[in-house]
Amino acid sequence: MLKELFTKNTNKKKKYATIPTEAAKSDVPEGIMTKCPSCKTIMYTKELNKNLKVCVHCGYHFSMNAKERIVSFLDEDSFNEIDENMVSENPLNFPDYLEKVEKDRQKTKINEAVVTGSGTVNGNKIVLAIMDSTFRMGSMGSVVGEKITRAIEKADEMSVPFIIFTASGGARMQEGVLSLMQMAKTSVALKRFSDNGGLILSIMTHPTTGGVSASFASLGDYNFAEPGALIGFAGRRVIEQSIREELPEDFQTAEFLLKHGQLDAIISRPELIDKITNLLEIHQPGGELEW
Amino acid sequence: MVGELEFERPIVQLRNKIAELKEFTKTADVDLSSEIEKLELRLEKLEKDIYNNIKPWDRVQIARHPNRPTTLDYISNLFDGFFECHGDRAFGDDEAIVGGIAKFRGLPVTVIGHQRGKDTKENIRRNFGMPHPEGYRKALRLMKQADKFQRPIICFIDTKGAYPGKAAEERGQSEAIARNLFEMAGLKVPVICIVIGEGGSGGALALGVGNRMYMLENSTYSVISPEGAAAILWKDSALAKKAAESMKITAPDLKELGIIDDIIPEIKGGAHKDVKGQSEAIDNFLKKSLKELLELSEDELVADRYNRFRTIGEYSFLKDYISI
Repeated sequence: MLKELFTKNTNKKKKYATIPTEAAKSDVPEGIMTKCPSCKTIMYTKELNKNLKVCVHCGYHFSMNAKERIVSFLDEDSFNEIDENMVSENPLNFPDYLEKVEKDRQKTKINEAVVTGSGTVNGNKIVLAIMDSTFRMGSMGSVVGEKITRAIEKADEMSVPFIIFTASGGARMQEGVLSLMQMAKTSVALKRFSDNGGLILSIMTHPTTGGVSASFASLGDYNFAEPGALIGFAGRRVIEQSIREELPEDFQTAEFLLKHGQLDAIISRPELIDKITNLLEIHQPGGELEW
Repeated sequence: MVGELEFERPIVQLRNKIAELKEFTKTADVDLSSEIEKLELRLEKLEKDIYNNIKPWDRVQIARHPNRPTTLDYISNLFDGFFECHGDRAFGDDEAIVGGIAKFRGLPVTVIGHQRGKDTKENIRRNFGMPHPEGYRKALRLMKQADKFQRPIICFIDTKGAYPGKAAEERGQSEAIARNLFEMAGLKVPVICIVIGEGGSGGALALGVGNRMYMLENSTYSVISPEGAAAILWKDSALAKKAAESMKITAPDLKELGIIDDIIPEIKGGAHKDVKGQSEAIDNFLKKSLKELLELSEDELVADRYNRFRTIGEYSFLKDYISI
C-alpha cells in the first residue's frame, strides 16, 4: 500500500504551469548582487557595501546592523565594547521568550538589540550606543534599557558626548511593564547627564517607533535621522483604524518629521562623519574669539 | 443593577433573590427569616470568594467601568479650591488632561491627571482620555510652574494611551512624551503618581515619573493593552484575556515586580461603588507619602526619583559570549 502511494506520487504530472511569485521575481542571486527596493536597480553587493549600503543610483539607505555601523562610523579599531555579555532574563516567565532571544543571538552574532561602547570619530572621544533591528526588531527590554543607561553613565563619567543610533520597533512585549519602565530609566539617566553638561546626539535610523521614539531617541540636544527612515509613535495601521482617513504617503518618514519641525536635520550616510565631527568640534570646550 | 460586571453576576443574582424573599415575607404570611439568614451567610461567603479572587481580566473590566471615578472626581473629593489651568501656550488646550492648583489638607499642590468623559458627549470632548502632544506639554508647563513655586505634584494616571492619530504624530507625540519623562526626572519637588484606572503605555508613563507610585487595587499598568498584546503576539485580539494574565498588568503584579510602592485598597467590587470612600483611602496614602517626601531636600528628591527608575529591569551576564 505504501509502495502504491509512492508510485502514484512520482508519476503524477504537474497540471499547471508555474508562475513565479512576486518574491521570486525580485530575487537576485544572493550575495553577489543586490536589488534596490526603491529604484529597482541591480548592483554589485560589494559596490553597495563600499558605498555605506546606500544605493549608488537613488540614494536609498539599506539598513545597517550594529557591526556595520561601528565599522563605518568610528575610527578604525577605536571601539571598546562595554557590557557585551549582558543578556535577558524572563521576568514574566513568558512562554518561548528566551528561546526566541537565543535564536536571534545565533542569527545576529550579538547578545542583545543594542551594542554599546566607547570610541573615536576623527579623534573625538565619544560613547556610542547602536541599536540593531535584526535582533528582536530592536525592541527594548531590560537589557537594552540597562545597556543604554550604563552607556550614558559612562559618557558622564568620561565627560564625553553620547551618541545613539536608534533602530527599534518599540518596547519589548515579552517583558511587559518592565520594558515600559526602561523608557523612564534611560530618560532619567539622560537628564542627569544633560544637567552635567553632557552632549546628546540622537541619530534615528529605520525604523524608530513606539517606546524608543518616545524616550531617548527624541531627547538629543540634536535629533537627526537618516533619509527615508520610518519614525513615529503609533503604528500606521493603528492610526488608520483610529482616524479612518487616508494618511499621506510620506507619513512618519524622516522627511515628514523634518517638515513638521521634529528634527534638526536629515543626514545621509556619506556625509554623516563630517557633519558629526563638525558638531563634536563645535562643542569642544574652550573656543575663543580670535582677535 | 446597572453596570454590573460579569464576574460579580452570581453575587447580584443572590442579592436579588434575598431582596425578593424579603419582599415576599412582607406580603405573604410565611416566616422565611431562617432561609433569608442562611442566604445572607451564603452571600457573605460568595462575596468574599469572588472579591478576594478577582482575575486579571476582571480587573481590566473594573478599570474600564464606565462609572469608574475619574481624576476630576478625586480632585473634588480630595482637594480644596481647585483652580484649573488650560493650554500648552503653543498649540491648544487638550481636555484629555486636566491640571491646576489646589490645596491638599492646607498644603498648596499642583494636580494633574488624564481625564476620561462620563458620557459620549464628554468623551468626544476629552478624546476618551487619550491625550495629544499639547496635553503632555500642558502637563509639563504646570509641573515646571509647581517646581518654581515649590508645590508638590500629584498625578492621576488614567488613560488607554496617548492618542494614535495623524495630528498627534505631526505635532510630535513621541517628543512630548519623551520630554515629560526627561523633565520630570529633574523636578525639585515631591511627585506622587497614582494609577486610578488604566495605565496605558507611554501615554500613562508621561505623567508617571514620580517619587512615589501607587495603584488602585483594580487598576492596570501595561506596556500595551491586552487586546494589542494579543494581536501582536498571537495575531488574535480575541485572546486579550490570556494576554491580561500573561502580561502582568494588575496592581498586585506591579507590586511584586517592585515597580509600585503600594496598592491602594479599593471599595469592595470597585471604586465606582463609593467614590467618597475611595477618596478617603487615597487621602491616607497621599497624606503619608507627602509627609515623608516633604522631609527630603531638593537634591534628595531628584536622587530618589533617579534611583527608583535606575534599578528597574532584570538581566544577567554570560560567561561565554559573542563579542562583536
